[in-house]
Amino acid sequence: MSQIAFYILSFLSVVSALLVIFSKKPVHSVLYLVFCFFTIAGHYVLLNAQFLAAVHIIVYAGAIMVLFLFVVMLLNLNADIEPHKDNVLKVSAVVAGGCLMLIMTSVMKTADTMPIIDSTNQIGVVKNLGLALYQTYMLPFELLSVLLLSAMVGSVLIAKKEDIENLPQ
Amino acid sequence: MILLNSTPADYLPIVMMFVVAMGFVVTTIFFTHKLGPKRDSKIKLDVFECGIESVDNARLPFNIKYFLVAILFVLFDVEVIFMYPWAVNFKDMGWFGFVEMLVFLGTLLVGFYYIIKKGALKWQ
Repeated sequence: MSQIAFYILSFLSVVSALLVIFSKKPVHSVLYLVFCFFTIAGHYVLLNAQFLAAVHIIVYAGAIMVLFLFVVMLLNLNADIEPHKDNVLKVSAVVAGGCLMLIMTSVMKTADTMPIIDSTNQIGVVKNLGLALYQTYMLPFELLSVLLLSAMVGSVLIAKKEDIENLPQ
Repeated sequence: MILLNSTPADYLPIVMMFVVAMGFVVTTIFFTHKLGPKRDSKIKLDVFECGIESVDNARLPFNIKYFLVAILFVLFDVEVIFMYPWAVNFKDMGWFGFVEMLVFLGTLLVGFYYIIKKGALKWQ
């Protein structure tokens, strides 16, 4: 039962991921990516990592994709002003991508096989995860707030135009 | 510590809900397009903009402020998500967990204060 669900989900996620790359329109790519995120959330549920699944939908499919849409709009992708890629660029892109694939496959081949987490494992349930997060991993959790703070300050600093007239001397 | 046992099979109703929701949308859109009569004309297919002649390209650059608001929303969204597992374990962790979350929120409130002071959400 769970195996059939896994195969269906894997098929859907691979197909939607490929569609993200192959669709010509950037907004369609974004929509396929949303679908891909949903299927990955399904994988998390199959691993009994329910909190992760919920967070994945809320943060990735909900919030990050909004940012992606913003970026797509900000890029101003007009068909007529899209720069034409010359052949040297294409060849170098193929070589670079091939190198990456080579490295990834060799890493995957030599990597230790992880033990399969069966679906009866209860660590991903919200309550257990909370206990682990707020007791065992307390320091990383607190450091995370510093990370979020720096992200806030950084985004404000980059995007906000300083009004120089009203600057306190 | 005893926990509710939960398995992926518990999520079957949610999967079914998704399938029904998606299926409803897809079938209605598909069949209304197939069944309804279609007489397209130049004017009908024209871009409609509240009766005013549409001008210019739809893809015009917009203010970066929208992006800033969106990115700040994502950051506070992530912050709130961390409160779910905390709330579930609130009684088990007692004061320790409470203080822990206060420190976390305090750091983020500094960021919020910075945003307000900087006027990042102000719309001139």
